[in-house]
Amino acid sequence: MSEINGASGRASGAIVMDGVRKGYGEDWSWQQVIESVSLDLPPGQFTAVVGPSGCGKTTLVNLLAGFERADEGSIAVDGRIVSGTSRDRMVVFQESALMPWLTTYQNVAFGPKLRGDMRGAALDREIDRLLNKVGLAEFKDKFPLQLSGGMQRRAELARAMINSPSIMIMDEPFRGLDAMTRELMQEFLLRLFEETGRTHFFVTSEIEEAIFLADRLVVLSNRPVTVRTVIDIELPRPREFHLLSTPEAYDYKREALEILHEEAMKSFGGGGSVQNELVEAIARRG
Amino acid sequence: MTAVSDMVQGAGVVRKRTRLQRLKDNRKLWRGIAAVVIALVFWEVGSRWDQWFGFTLPFIGLIPPPTDVAVAWMSVLPQPGYWESWYLSFKRVLAGFLVAQLVGIPLGLALAVNRYFREFFFPVFEILRPIPPLAWVPASLIFWPTNEMSIAFVTFLGAFFTIVINVLGGARTIDISLLRAAQSMGATQWDMFWKIVLPGTLPSIFTGAAVGMGITWEVVLAAEMISGGGTQGGGGLGFFIWNSYMGGSLPHIVVGMISIGIAGYVSSSAIRWLGDWAMPWRRLF
Repeated sequence: MSEINGASGRASGAIVMDGVRKGYGEDWSWQQVIESVSLDLPPGQFTAVVGPSGCGKTTLVNLLAGFERADEGSIAVDGRIVSGTSRDRMVVFQESALMPWLTTYQNVAFGPKLRGDMRGAALDREIDRLLNKVGLAEFKDKFPLQLSGGMQRRAELARAMINSPSIMIMDEPFRGLDAMTRELMQEFLLRLFEETGRTHFFVTSEIEEAIFLADRLVVLSNRPVTVRTVIDIELPRPREFHLLSTPEAYDYKREALEILHEEAMKSFGGGGSVQNELVEAIARRG
Repeated sequence: MTAVSDMVQGAGVVRKRTRLQRLKDNRKLWRGIAAVVIALVFWEVGSRWDQWFGFTLPFIGLIPPPTDVAVAWMSVLPQPGYWESWYLSFKRVLAGFLVAQLVGIPLGLALAVNRYFREFFFPVFEILRPIPPLAWVPASLIFWPTNEMSIAFVTFLGAFFTIVINVLGGARTIDISLLRAAQSMGATQWDMFWKIVLPGTLPSIFTGAAVGMGITWEVVLAAEMISGGGTQGGGGLGFFIWNSYMGGSLPHIVVGMISIGIAGYVSSSAIRWLGDWAMPWRRLF
């Protein structure tokens, strides 16, 4: 069932964050972004991280991916301390990060060709398999600008998957897509996850998206970030979209929203745009 | 099944047109030709107003009409001197332009990717940059042993600063996500330079080339007029205009000017064509 973990029979991609702190600036302009984050995420699970927008979720992604180093504390994946980037931790970015000058095929081939660990007919076969899976087989010779937003995200998924990472890190990957495409992409990602059982670390500001996808929901505080709570989402898999209208899903949503609302109100007096945005979002979604 | 494919093929045959038909339907081309013809008619009528209606129109009445210019052009076309002017100007533009690319692109990239290099060299660069190329003419006439080398140097400067600024700007605005994605997939610094920074900067390189090419023509022409027609560093389209001016032949001045217009158009078309060829992902729409 699990194509990446199936061989060893043991899932990989366990993430342990221990007292992670991160800030930016000089002494006089210091901004503490992450106050303290400790998390213990078992392998093979889908973790969704929600928090007020602009709270520092992307910073957390950068630390886990190895783009930046924590000031204090440590992050370990499968017991190994993260000290830089690795093909084991692939990131799907907020905005499309496909190389505009490469075709879909060339973009997916980028990693393997760089490392030289897969070539010739074997590489072609693997790319064809992945492009079929993400429904882009007919678009392999198109450039990213010729693809729709949803296609670009799927191409990016294929580009990440060909490196067979143990963790897929996704930083609001469906942001900016229209509602319909977004729903389709969520279902698509869910199918991929349920098929492969690969560890996912999925950052979003949409609670419904998080509940629909995740095994566990990490709710972050406002900046500087701490973990407010971790909610286990015990909804059955495989999931379908109507799941979101069940009372169980609604209860999870209310639980998470109450905490986020509290976080927003805490600094509401400041009148920051971040807080306003959140309150508006809550008011809109009830 | 066969019926459907036959229909599709049939439609394809119907839509196929001959080269002549395509030329006939090329509205963009015909509009361009119409625009040029209308402009020429206005010019002709404007310049001949004095002859036909008895009084001179301001500005346009002083310019020789296109028919006179055409006659003057016909008279210079068989002369090897005219073509030598073309050759000399093109040679100077290309030399200055190519050297500016060869020095400017690597320098711009180096400034973009290396912080220490940038912090050390950029201030000097920024002080030299605002000095107009023509302000360098007297100094370079003194520094360089021949007029030809002075012209080449000033031409080089004209394109150089624009190219460096464009390359630097383009390389610095490359999305960091692209670099990070490549890094995650195992790219070395070397890989990231060749596979991300360089292709990512190509559009800016071609923008710099297009602008730089325009400046190069300006500078070459001005330098040719300044240096005059001595034994060395003489000739060129700039000198052709200057010479016509000294000889008092108005139509020949206009011939020189239009020749430069055509030369500039050929140069920028060449760059556009090269850009389209080098960046297939930019000509999708």
